[in-house]
Amino acid sequence: MVAATPLLSTRNLQTGYHTGKRKIVVAGMLPDLRLEPGQLICLLGPNGSGKSTLLRTLSGLQPALGGEIHIEGVDRWSPAALARKISLVLTDRVSGNNLTVDSLVALGRYPWSGWLGRLNSADLSNIDWAIRATGIGPLRDRKIHTLSDGQSQKVMLARALAQNTPILMLDEPTAHLDLPSRIRLMRLLHKLARETRKAILLSTHELDLALQIADEVWLLHTGGQLHSGAPEDLVLNGTFEAAFAEEDVTFDIEAGNFLIYTPQEKPVMLAGEGPAFFWTRRALRRAGFEPVGKAILNIRVEQRQGHPIWLVERSGETGEYDSIRKLLQVIS
Amino acid sequence: MTERPFRKVRLTGLLLLLLLAFLLDLSTGTVSISLKEILRVFLSPSTANPTWQFIVQGIRLPKACTAVLAGCGLSVGGLQMQTLFRNPLADPSILGVTAGASLGVAAVMLAGGSMATLFAIKELGMSGSWLIIGAACVGAGSTMLLVLILSRRLRDNVMMLIVGIMIGSITLALISIWQYFSNPEQVKDYLLWTFGSLGGVTGGQLSILAVVVVIGLTVAMMSSKMLDALLLGENYARSMGLSPRKARTVIICSTSILAGSITAFCGPIGFIGIAVPQIARFLFNTASHRILIPACCLIGTTLLLLCDAFAQLPGSQAVLPINIITSIIGSPLVIALLLRQTTVHTW
Repeated sequence: MVAATPLLSTRNLQTGYHTGKRKIVVAGMLPDLRLEPGQLICLLGPNGSGKSTLLRTLSGLQPALGGEIHIEGVDRWSPAALARKISLVLTDRVSGNNLTVDSLVALGRYPWSGWLGRLNSADLSNIDWAIRATGIGPLRDRKIHTLSDGQSQKVMLARALAQNTPILMLDEPTAHLDLPSRIRLMRLLHKLARETRKAILLSTHELDLALQIADEVWLLHTGGQLHSGAPEDLVLNGTFEAAFAEEDVTFDIEAGNFLIYTPQEKPVMLAGEGPAFFWTRRALRRAGFEPVGKAILNIRVEQRQGHPIWLVERSGETGEYDSIRKLLQVIS
Repeated sequence: MTERPFRKVRLTGLLLLLLLAFLLDLSTGTVSISLKEILRVFLSPSTANPTWQFIVQGIRLPKACTAVLAGCGLSVGGLQMQTLFRNPLADPSILGVTAGASLGVAAVMLAGGSMATLFAIKELGMSGSWLIIGAACVGAGSTMLLVLILSRRLRDNVMMLIVGIMIGSITLALISIWQYFSNPEQVKDYLLWTFGSLGGVTGGQLSILAVVVVIGLTVAMMSSKMLDALLLGENYARSMGLSPRKARTVIICSTSILAGSITAFCGPIGFIGIAVPQIARFLFNTASHRILIPACCLIGTTLLLLCDAFAQLPGSQAVLPINIITSIIGSPLVIALLLRQTTVHTW
């Protein structure tokens, strides 16, 4: 069921820039968008499609070229009031002189604290919660410039959480992170959306992670059209492939990922099962082989004493190999 | 959490140092007056030597008070500029306000040398003449107005920084034109003014300077929360509800008032504005402006008092211009701090 007034909704929104007197439209045909409490939405799109511009516009960092943005049904907000509704994690590098993790997270209370920035007990408990939720307790006394990229990303998230807003927007939070950190961050955001009922909107290039974890995907095409929907729907109706497909990249609808090499014409007959079969098929495709029903080249993957083994049969000759590398050397 | 008691120790230490520097400044000069005599001047005036009483109360006390005001104002102005422009090299003169004050003075001193001007300078004395102060105030005020008008139209602080430097350079060029067409006597008078002097500010002038500096410092203290937010850059500051243009206006006003008034009364005093914020950050190990602003006041005051005491060249009659001493004492201090900081960071 959908709430009567969404946290954020747009009408006829146009994003872009003013340079001097000229307008440069980045996305001129945006559909009406909605953010609901507890939703995790991933904003996907190729480089230069305007993800950051859309995020900056929705969060009020830059004015919209046209249309309206309503937050809790109201379209005019003072900067101070808006800061109590939307918090941000940006790609801007923060290297504040002498700033400790603790005081950086405390800055998140800026919209709530008094004119001198003194913190009361409510502020402190929000800060503590944000630090615990992101697991940066051990870093509290560290200086910002001594943090790694991953740590600094978590600290900036903690700052945004301390701001305690119903809407949280993140611009490419997974950039610069290694794979486990990316997964952990995504899982944390997913959990936060569920437990705190925050609406979380993030832009990312992690297509497979987004497909797994997003409640909804906003898919921005180069040229500024946007398709929204459940990630699975967008895969099934081909929107996903259309957004990213170029001559040398194709989307594998069964595996849910993008293929770099186009399938080639060398036929091979492949039999087997399990992970070894899956990875053999990938390797063969990379080498330009297309698995088909019947071919002269016949490869069977078997398990022998817990290890995979590859049996090759070609015009009567047979061979046995214990690694994919050896297999590929022989058949190429 | 162990940071707090340390901070208190440092604060007390600095206060003691400040008191010491103040007394040292009172005791040094063309005649050396012992600390005991100085205390007697204040505590039991009836028993004190009347000449020394006049020297201390009439000349050295106003000078020390001017050093306190200038020390606070210039270092807090420097801190504000360094945070606003996220640049450790920024100082209060970066907005061009100091150059504006100089232009006002140059206009009076060099402009054709009209009879009225020369007469006024002769009658009222060179430094601390109301005419010079008035001209400097007009120069600083109009530059500040120009900077403010431009700042409303500019999108980000980097542009603001460039505009400030451009305004300063235009102003200095105008002064150079005047110098080029003036006779050497006038140029020398102007040059002497640019060396800076804490000496000429007495009586009514001192009270006016005090009021203006206190106003500037109050505005600075009120902007401390905005300055904290600006540490994260303009985008984050905006996302936390700060309006960058409003913040910029408040901060530019405060710095211009401080730098403009101090330059008008004392001439351009360099270096304090760059060095003191670095020392404050290093000593107090914090980025919070609620702590850094008072810290800058303490350190700036102490440093300027010490510089002024050294400017008297103990045991000699000569007095060096304050501007020379601030650089000679300040630069090695900053280099030493930076060297210590790097060794800390590498491990």
